[in-house]
Amino acid sequence: MTLLDPKGPVLPGAPELQLTLTPAVLGRLMPLFLWLDRRGRIQAMGPTLAKIVGSEALGTSYARHFTLRRARGRDLGPESLADGRHIAVTLVRHPGFNLRGTAVELPGAAQPGALLVNLSFGIHLSEAVRFFGLTEQDFAASELAIEFLFLAEAKTAVLNELQALTRRLEEARREAESEALSDPLTGLPNRRAFDAALDRAVKLLARGGRSFALLHLDLDFFKQVNDNLGHAAGDTVLIRVAQVLAEETRRGDMVARVGGDEFMLILRGPIDERRVAAFAERLIARLEEPIFYDGRPCCVSASIGAVIGADGAGAVADRMLADADSALYRSKRAGRGRCTVCAE
Amino acid sequence: MLGVVNKSIQSFLSSHYGGHVWREVAERSNVDPAGFEAMLSYDDRLTEALLDAAEAVLETPRAMILEDIGAWLAMTEPMRRLLRFGGADYWDFLFSLDELPGRGLMALPGLGLPELMLATEAQGRFTLSVKGAMPGWGAVMAGLMRAMADDYGALVLIDASGRSGPVERVSVTLLDMAFAEARHFDLALPAGVLRHDLA
Repeated sequence: MTLLDPKGPVLPGAPELQLTLTPAVLGRLMPLFLWLDRRGRIQAMGPTLAKIVGSEALGTSYARHFTLRRARGRDLGPESLADGRHIAVTLVRHPGFNLRGTAVELPGAAQPGALLVNLSFGIHLSEAVRFFGLTEQDFAASELAIEFLFLAEAKTAVLNELQALTRRLEEARREAESEALSDPLTGLPNRRAFDAALDRAVKLLARGGRSFALLHLDLDFFKQVNDNLGHAAGDTVLIRVAQVLAEETRRGDMVARVGGDEFMLILRGPIDERRVAAFAERLIARLEEPIFYDGRPCCVSASIGAVIGADGAGAVADRMLADADSALYRSKRAGRGRCTVCAE
Repeated sequence: MLGVVNKSIQSFLSSHYGGHVWREVAERSNVDPAGFEAMLSYDDRLTEALLDAAEAVLETPRAMILEDIGAWLAMTEPMRRLLRFGGADYWDFLFSLDELPGRGLMALPGLGLPELMLATEAQGRFTLSVKGAMPGWGAVMAGLMRAMADDYGALVLIDASGRSGPVERVSVTLLDMAFAEARHFDLALPAGVLRHDLA
């Protein structure tokens, strides 16, 4: 790394160069400059700084307008500042605004110990511009203030656009997910959602969770409704059945439509054969109530095959499904409108 | 190319000519009428297809449509503000155009704005050379510069006819910098103002 000569490059062999700068010239180069005499009184300042602290600050002590936050020594004065030190100040009247800058002792000034300070807004530039109503002309062309403001605004626009995009994608994702997992007619979870739920229940049980019951329900006489009254009547029945199933189950239970007139239920435990039988009896009774379509009654019933996944039984999803299916078959054979619980 | 370009064409067509025109253009160019996502990338050929369809539906030459898009874009408030950061007056603004692609990249990497170079011809006369990935950016810039002249209150003559190889030329004659009052512009937005669209 090359260290910069703090004095800056000067033509070799040239006699000591002296610059004469008036406050007006300084103000154009450094609109936020501050010129202090050795006692810290403000001798001159740049036009932008004057806009902020008021030109009546001229001749008063800088300490009435600026609180020194960071500098070596206690006070902003020649005795406490080495040349080129970075300083940070806060506006006394507007403590929310910090400025930072460099203070240098003016060599060869009429009064020894006079200081020239060049200030600049830091990260609060946008707020300062807004609060003090600053314009392009209030900044030196060499400052990056305008680029900073441009960038802040452009990035906000881009970020807003990205956040809106993320929101739209997330909504689309949720919608696709729920479409993939639900039956459009009844709104119930579909076979795929049911398989996932059964898998979870089996795994939970293996880890010592509660027992649960798996019920396979098939509507009786549904084909007759479809054949005699048409598919619209059949759809009405299916929607009503889904409602009844949802009403009869508790939160945490699962009801899914897994085929034309087939439903699967998972009843969370603790649960036993007696409770399953009572639940099925109540359910079948409700499903046997006539459902009216276009003023005409549609009468169906339901056959159910159930199996209980109990603690320590080593439940396997496929075997439970097969057991429930054969229990359902027995209910059908025994005359429909009933529930058979498979004995483990 | 980033969707922000296609999205601009879409927004221009629907806000300037109405949703039915956009839907017709979308249908002709095989684009979902829901349109483009500004922050996703699309094949450049889609932009060509969109402009072809817009020409056919509007029965307007492409250059004229592109100029209108440039002007419309500069008049959308977020874009107008970003362009006004270019300078305090139109003269400053013209010279900031050299930096426009850089500013664009700073805001949105991958934006793909054309290369721009402003040359001073004579007192008050300039030529902007525009070299973009696809032809037509010259017309867009001409529209944008015309709209910004109105914004700054400057009186200008802009001609986008010149072209040599991949470089399009826009000539600008600055007649009066302070012809009318400039539209209001604050360097900083009021606190809490959030804007939701680039284009």
